[in-house]
Amino acid sequence: MKVERPVADGIVGRGMTEGGELFRTWFDRLSTAAATGEKTAYVFVMGSLVEILNVFDFPISFPEINSLQTAVRRVAHEYLNQAEDYGYSTDICGYVKADVAVQLRKGAHPMGTLPPPALAIATNACNTYVKWAEIWERLYHVPVFTLDVPGTRTADGQTWPGNADFDADCAYVAAQLRELIALCERVSGRKFDIDRLREVLGHANTMSRSWKRIIDLNRARPAVFSALTEGTVYLGVANGFRGRPEGARYFERLVEEMEYKVAHGLGTIDEEQYRLAFVGVPCYPIFRRFNEMFTEWGGVFVNSTYLWFASGGTSLGYEYDLTRPLESLAEGVLINVRQAMDAMFYTDRTLAELVEPFGLDGVVYHPIKSCRTVSTGLADSRRALMARVDIPSLFIESDMMDKRVVSEAQLKNRIDAFFEGLATRRAAALA
Amino acid sequence: MQVLDPWDHKPLDDVLSDLRDVLEDPDYPTVKRWRAAGGKVLGHFQVYFPEEIAHAAGMLPLKIRGAQIEARQAEARFGSYLCSIVKTSLELVLSKHIELEMFVTHPICDAARNLGAVWGRNFSYPCQILYLPQNANSASASAYLRHEYDRLRRSIEAIVGRTVTDDDLRTSMAVFNENRKLLRDLYTLKRLRPWVLPADEAYVLVAIGGSIPREEHNALLKAMLPQIEARTTRPQDRLRIVYEGGFCEQPPIDLLRAIAQSTYIVDDDLMIGLRWILTDVPTAGDPLLNLAECYLEHSSYSPVQHDLRKPKEQMLLERITSSGAGAAIISAAKMCEPGLEEQVAYSRALDEAGIPYFVSEFEESMTSFENLQTQLETFVENVLFA
Repeated sequence: MKVERPVADGIVGRGMTEGGELFRTWFDRLSTAAATGEKTAYVFVMGSLVEILNVFDFPISFPEINSLQTAVRRVAHEYLNQAEDYGYSTDICGYVKADVAVQLRKGAHPMGTLPPPALAIATNACNTYVKWAEIWERLYHVPVFTLDVPGTRTADGQTWPGNADFDADCAYVAAQLRELIALCERVSGRKFDIDRLREVLGHANTMSRSWKRIIDLNRARPAVFSALTEGTVYLGVANGFRGRPEGARYFERLVEEMEYKVAHGLGTIDEEQYRLAFVGVPCYPIFRRFNEMFTEWGGVFVNSTYLWFASGGTSLGYEYDLTRPLESLAEGVLINVRQAMDAMFYTDRTLAELVEPFGLDGVVYHPIKSCRTVSTGLADSRRALMARVDIPSLFIESDMMDKRVVSEAQLKNRIDAFFEGLATRRAAALA
Repeated sequence: MQVLDPWDHKPLDDVLSDLRDVLEDPDYPTVKRWRAAGGKVLGHFQVYFPEEIAHAAGMLPLKIRGAQIEARQAEARFGSYLCSIVKTSLELVLSKHIELEMFVTHPICDAARNLGAVWGRNFSYPCQILYLPQNANSASASAYLRHEYDRLRRSIEAIVGRTVTDDDLRTSMAVFNENRKLLRDLYTLKRLRPWVLPADEAYVLVAIGGSIPREEHNALLKAMLPQIEARTTRPQDRLRIVYEGGFCEQPPIDLLRAIAQSTYIVDDDLMIGLRWILTDVPTAGDPLLNLAECYLEHSSYSPVQHDLRKPKEQMLLERITSSGAGAAIISAAKMCEPGLEEQVAYSRALDEAGIPYFVSEFEESMTSFENLQTQLETFVENVLFA
């Protein structure tokens, strides 16, 4: 049955429209910075620390997002080839290589011209971040700040404020934040303003709170957004506009849209048949087609680990205490980045806990060649999930950047067989 | 206790041959002997681990360095695009070649940091990540690392069922200080008279330390080094090279042997974790803080540690200069992202410095070296007769 969509109210779909507009604004700002020589900060989505950088009004460039844009716009191969000609192996992360090519092209990018870095921050949430930042260090001789955020030591070993081990980790992160602030002051020539930080943290709180709410709203049947497609647009805003008033406003309106859709039973696809969780990184070289291979069967991704780790762990909804901004920022960075890492390494338990509330019919694992951080342990994590709960799963490998390792026909065969299995299972349950 | 077969009355060449057999035996006979005597084993993945802490608790710190085995069970637990050492290391325990009481990995790379979770899902003994500081330039890094080492000490105490005191640590640190000095002596010999200590033999002598008690390694080195120095092998006109790329996955010994047939490897980063700390660790004062400070302040370099004070290409150039090498082999394990990334920076730095280099990839399981040998010989001839 086709659902009638009340499009005239201006609510449904505005998250996508406004997200696209914000994205264009963001790339325009970067192009302007490239033209004027404005000092730009390079950061990564996990542990970006835009909370501090926004205090200094640095334009922010997310090279991961820049790179994935080349894949979505189907020109990634040109960039990958150039970096490989420069010396980078085919076995190195495609994001890194696309960015190397952007730098070699003096910022030329499908979305505009990207400025070079004046400062770069790399967290240890992904080791490739650190190696990647070393490339900028060599190319531009700019300060690279490695933000070291200790993660979870054992599967059951998360510690929290008040525990001596947590407090030691937090003191380490806090000390690094103070060192980063001093570095930002040197690079920008501006003094740090604690009240401005409070303001930024307030916006970040709105966004984190909203992000958690939006993900929770997708428990609704039918699901109100696709965690794979629409979710990726929301993620872009969550990262690019974190701590900014436009970002807070966007997410407040997005919550309103999702609540409206839940209230009116408006799903993201017309005939939802199967509710799926996605584990891994999207297949950007065939982004739309990849999703269609699921939606053609009525499959919709209602949640994904990507929404957790690629938002830097802000899916947890952690909110900063504005009465003690710096201490709370350290605590929040530690908790959020740790959450992002856990969403890559310790997913079996979390996914098992999603099955019932999100009404999951299956879990799709998509390890990729480019990202060993996310992909290394997925087969084992899948085994553990299957031992814990009775839920069908699919394991398909490709890449987030490199179409040479994306075989659409093979993917489709595996996906079709998966859905046939789901249909058989459902029929058997009804018999 | 001694875990190697008695070696003190054997000729030098026989001892080196036996050590190689032990090192390549995936059943880890030294570990089995240790366990048979009631000893407990802490397995730690590459690169660096503060073995003194496990040693002070009476455990055998075992360096997990992969193996030349088929990773049948491990393959089912990993994705496709992965280096070999991660898979074979897990295979060693899944197939019970070795048994452990504790496993520790480090966030050295994107693959290795997953090992803590993977291992923990497959074994009931404690498996954890030791978060060595990645911001070596923070003023608070040593205080943080001191606490991290103390957390590790508490985890180990729970396994051995006793307290590990500061004096226990000091005693162990003295043992490891002696070991570090002996390894420095060995490398000095490699640099000064490489013709008496081929690369494959030097490697065996160093690497065996990762799977035997360090007191026994000290005794072995003390007995072997004078015998090696006394060799009367005559020097040949060979290219002196630095081998770079063995910081984690290890090249097959036969690959080193093939390289040694046309060059003298005068310095390298093979098993660099065993030689990470470059000085004695002070035993007076707070032993854990001393260990932490030496890790940060008096240490070598590798592609998996970022330290603004140690630009890696600069460190490589210094290694080449200080060892009197005339060329470098810039190698990387297949699928090893940090190693492959560093190859680019190393190559460009060597180009700028005008130092000849040979780029290669290896895998621990490779068995054919003819092509590599031919290419290397051509490279050497080009350099020598340029």
